[in-house]
Amino acid sequence: MDIGSRNDAVPLCSTAFVINGQQFTLELHPWVTLLDLLRGALELSGTKKGCDHGQCGACTVLIDGERINACLKLAVSLDGARITTIEGLGSPESLHPMQKAFIEHDAFQCGYCTPGQICSAIGLVSEGRVHSRADIRELMSGNLCRCGAYTNIADAIEDVMGQGRNQIREAAE
Amino acid sequence: MRPFSYTRAQTVQAAVQALASDPQAVLLAGGTNLIDLMKYEVERPGAIIDINRLPLNFIDDLPDGGIRIGALVTNSSVAHDERVRTRYPLLASAILAGASPQLRNAATTGGNLVQRTRCYYFYDPATPCNKRQPGSGCAAIGGVNRIHAILGASDSCIAVHPSDMCVALAALGATIEVEGPAGRRDIAFSDFHRLPGDRPELDNTLQSGELVVAIRLEPNHFAVHHTYLKLRDRLSYAFALVSVAVAVELSNDRLVDVRVALGGVAHKPWRDRLVEAEFAGVVADEEAFQKLAERLLSGAKGHGGNHFKIPLAAKAIVRALKQATSGRLQDQAAKSVQ
Repeated sequence: MDIGSRNDAVPLCSTAFVINGQQFTLELHPWVTLLDLLRGALELSGTKKGCDHGQCGACTVLIDGERINACLKLAVSLDGARITTIEGLGSPESLHPMQKAFIEHDAFQCGYCTPGQICSAIGLVSEGRVHSRADIRELMSGNLCRCGAYTNIADAIEDVMGQGRNQIREAAE
Repeated sequence: MRPFSYTRAQTVQAAVQALASDPQAVLLAGGTNLIDLMKYEVERPGAIIDINRLPLNFIDDLPDGGIRIGALVTNSSVAHDERVRTRYPLLASAILAGASPQLRNAATTGGNLVQRTRCYYFYDPATPCNKRQPGSGCAAIGGVNRIHAILGASDSCIAVHPSDMCVALAALGATIEVEGPAGRRDIAFSDFHRLPGDRPELDNTLQSGELVVAIRLEPNHFAVHHTYLKLRDRLSYAFALVSVAVAVELSNDRLVDVRVALGGVAHKPWRDRLVEAEFAGVVADEEAFQKLAERLLSGAKGHGGNHFKIPLAAKAIVRALKQATSGRLQDQAAKSVQ
């Protein structure tokens, strides 16, 4: 697969990863970010491009279980990684508990930041460092929401955390 | 982003060799600053040497009771390491005051040290900037300079170093281990970052082909009386306008050893050991703290938009010293004193 602008002077890099449980081996230009790879060639447009500079969190995905801004990672540097995007968390028939909670708590308006918020929230839960509502707010501060759904987002996360951490961790795997 | 070649270094020696032999090459670790700068074409490397697979992801205890943190340990892993939390809580607190959880999961210890300024003119290739393009001038002097330096600036550059982690490391007096073509050497933390002078393009004293291997911290007596106070335009996910790292050793309400490092005010984490020494043995009260703040800021100079930082820094220093000496550090989640 040839991704990015044509440049024959630079060799393509063979890169293998598992994305949402599916194995990919791709020939990539080194300057393609994970975000552009997901949204472009792989047509996984659930992950959003907000600022493209690590300032908004809309592109948050899980890389080997950790929440990361996909806009600031070169895809070739992730050879061997296991990547989970919003598309890999649940399906319309069987939503991830965090997706369900976001719907139940009306935790979005326009929805543009939501995939990043949900991936980030799942990362937050598996990190296991929340002891208070203030912790949720601080540890979700890497995801901006211009609609201002923050209160309901925190409610959704609190709700899910009340359901038990093990269940969430399993669902993320 | 401009095209570049990509290689993955397998050993520290190979990375050093590749870096030293190609003036167009740069090292890639977490990438949170470098990739961003490449998108703006502020950084235009011809070659990227990915060092993420090097064996520098360790936190080791040292025989003297200190700790050694590998250059590739992420900011999250440092901040949440039990030994760091108990023995160097100031460092953990400062890291957690910076960036966002996602960025801290990617950003590394070495990368944090060598990250570049967030001066908006440095980031904008359409404007003059002596740091980005030596000799082109400084658009921040006489321009919009709300976030800029009040200490140690020059006629060439008034940019500030953006790190929180480094402010704590300055207060704690870390040592940086680097490896280069001539072998391994140690750099005292205070000698690592530079003031701009007439060479603002140089952020630090790394020589050509050198890479950061690890940082070392000695054992200390600061685990009780310390704080990292960060003031910014919003409560999270923003760079410091002014930050203060304080580490104090107290005896009978007197300052035995007091260290105050400032962030957001200079081209490097700002610390003045001579001023600190003046306060050894002094009773730890508000009067002393105010004098200390006055002395630390005696050379402060505003540039218009950032005049407010001078009184803000004075008040922040006093508040941080009060927090530290009372053993009640700043809570980085609740944004209040614990």
